[in-house]
Amino acid sequence: MRNVSVIGGGMSLFRRRLKETGKELSFLASKMAMEEAGVQRSDIDMVVMGSAPDAFDGIHMKGENLLDGAGGKDKPYVRVFNGGGTGVFAPIAGWWHVASGVADMVMVVCEEKMGSCNPHPQTAFRNIWDPILDRPLNPNLVWLFAMEMNRYMTRYDIKKEDIARVAVKNKRNAVGHPCAQLPDANITVEDVLNSEMMAWPVNRLDISPPSDGASALIYCSEEKAKEFTDDPINVAGVGWNIDSSMWTNRDLYFPDYVANAAKMAYKMAGINDPRKEIDFAEPYDPFTYKELHHLEGLLLCDKGEAPILTREGVTERDGDLPVCPSGGLLGVGNPIAATMGQKVCELYWQLAGKAGKRQIPGDPQVGVGQAWGDIMQMGTVLVMRRG
Amino acid sequence: MSEERIEGQPKYAPGTHVRSKDIRERKITYTWWEPEAQYAFSLGPANSRFLKELKAGKIIGRTCRKCDRVIVPPRMFCDWCYDTTHEWVYLKDTGTVETFSISYLDPDAHLIEDPILVGVISIDGASPKHGFMHYFGEMKPEDLRIGMKVKAVWKPKEERVGSVTDIKYFKPLIGGDE
Ligand SMILES: [Zn+2]
Repeated sequence: MRNVSVIGGGMSLFRRRLKETGKELSFLASKMAMEEAGVQRSDIDMVVMGSAPDAFDGIHMKGENLLDGAGGKDKPYVRVFNGGGTGVFAPIAGWWHVASGVADMVMVVCEEKMGSCNPHPQTAFRNIWDPILDRPLNPNLVWLFAMEMNRYMTRYDIKKEDIARVAVKNKRNAVGHPCAQLPDANITVEDVLNSEMMAWPVNRLDISPPSDGASALIYCSEEKAKEFTDDPINVAGVGWNIDSSMWTNRDLYFPDYVANAAKMAYKMAGINDPRKEIDFAEPYDPFTYKELHHLEGLLLCDKGEAPILTREGVTERDGDLPVCPSGGLLGVGNPIAATMGQKVCELYWQLAGKAGKRQIPGDPQVGVGQAWGDIMQMGTVLVMRRG
Repeated sequence: MSEERIEGQPKYAPGTHVRSKDIRERKITYTWWEPEAQYAFSLGPANSRFLKELKAGKIIGRTCRKCDRVIVPPRMFCDWCYDTTHEWVYLKDTGTVETFSISYLDPDAHLIEDPILVGVISIDGASPKHGFMHYFGEMKPEDLRIGMKVKAVWKPKEERVGSVTDIKYFKPLIGGDE
């Protein structure tokens, strides 16, 4: 396998609804990434598209619909999709195009347009449930997360206020992000705890918002990257893993599939002690508790320890292990696949020293991004390192 | 916001925010579409038997002898050893609350006044942590606890149709109920 470098990232504004079509958003994010990399569409050999359920955009097989906006016309092009895991899985798929030697330069584009689904994209989520065993109970998707959060809290006797700190940290971090949908410099733990109860133990401010948006990333072989930079940023390891959809046949307190994906990525990256060797993390945070659950799944702390690290400030931008310095999904928004912008592009911008107001102090060398999805099943992990 | 260039950062791509009221008040042009797909899901042998037994007021599982596992909801294959499962086995209609939520959301994310009590019940006689999602009833939300013992409350026989909703909900199991 060849070393693969990142040479540009792109991200559109994230909002509950955007006027631009999915194609237009893909185009805008792609052009930003190409401009940052200093490349033309003709330099790009292949395009990988990541986009989550068709039901959000309301266009069946939307990958084909989006391809011209994503710069994929007349090129080898593929859409990959594994629900919420897509935002990190699409860049994993892009990586293997270059690592295998099949392509020298690849653009990864992720798009989601949840605002098209009315009155709320939750209606599309109804169709994610098992039609025989679950749908007759008229479930709401938030139930899943409420049940997982409750199991996690009960197992380790975690207080809701320690979980609420995640929303406070991420929405404050998002203040420095030009694309952010819900930045809030003044939010407090009380604001989160006092926000509307959706499905106990989940309050409104425990949940990231649905969003429209797109993001993009440009990869090339490390050898080719030397034409663009003296200080390449490389993908050091990738991992992905999935558990069964029979989620009522397992204990939800720990995401084994995330740990499996992390071990795969760390092994490839030659990381033996992730707690010492990883400088910052972008775990998937569609809900407050998920950041904590995923920090444990990523083996960056002991089981049940993530809320304590959060309370002690370890995960703040200037802490020992900055977590979601982008502002995450809670602060920047959650256009499912397009969260590649926070989970992978952010690794690149931080490592390249281009994160501006969001920049982590201390010259970070290694970052890990992770996404999660489906019926609490999918873990996708990508480690990036300064070459 | 995205138009301004921030020192040391790339120039982020733009986008134009549209508010819900812009749609309601037709301030922007849009087209509307309502898909009309309808589905009849065939159940397969495992689910068919499971639902048929529910109609008869019983919970049934499948064993995997290789894994010494009793699986519910039943399946014709075991995802642990990846082999066919072996026998049908009747289970109790009692179990343990593994987790739960008190939901103020309906399926379309509208807020509701009376919360829905919902959770996962591991079924007595099945392997540990093996069960399914269902409602809880005959209890106050504040009485619901992980680890609590519960028992199925069945719909009257003539109202059962062969669905998971043939069980109305699970209620607290009080000594002697078994
Ligand atoms: Zn087995």
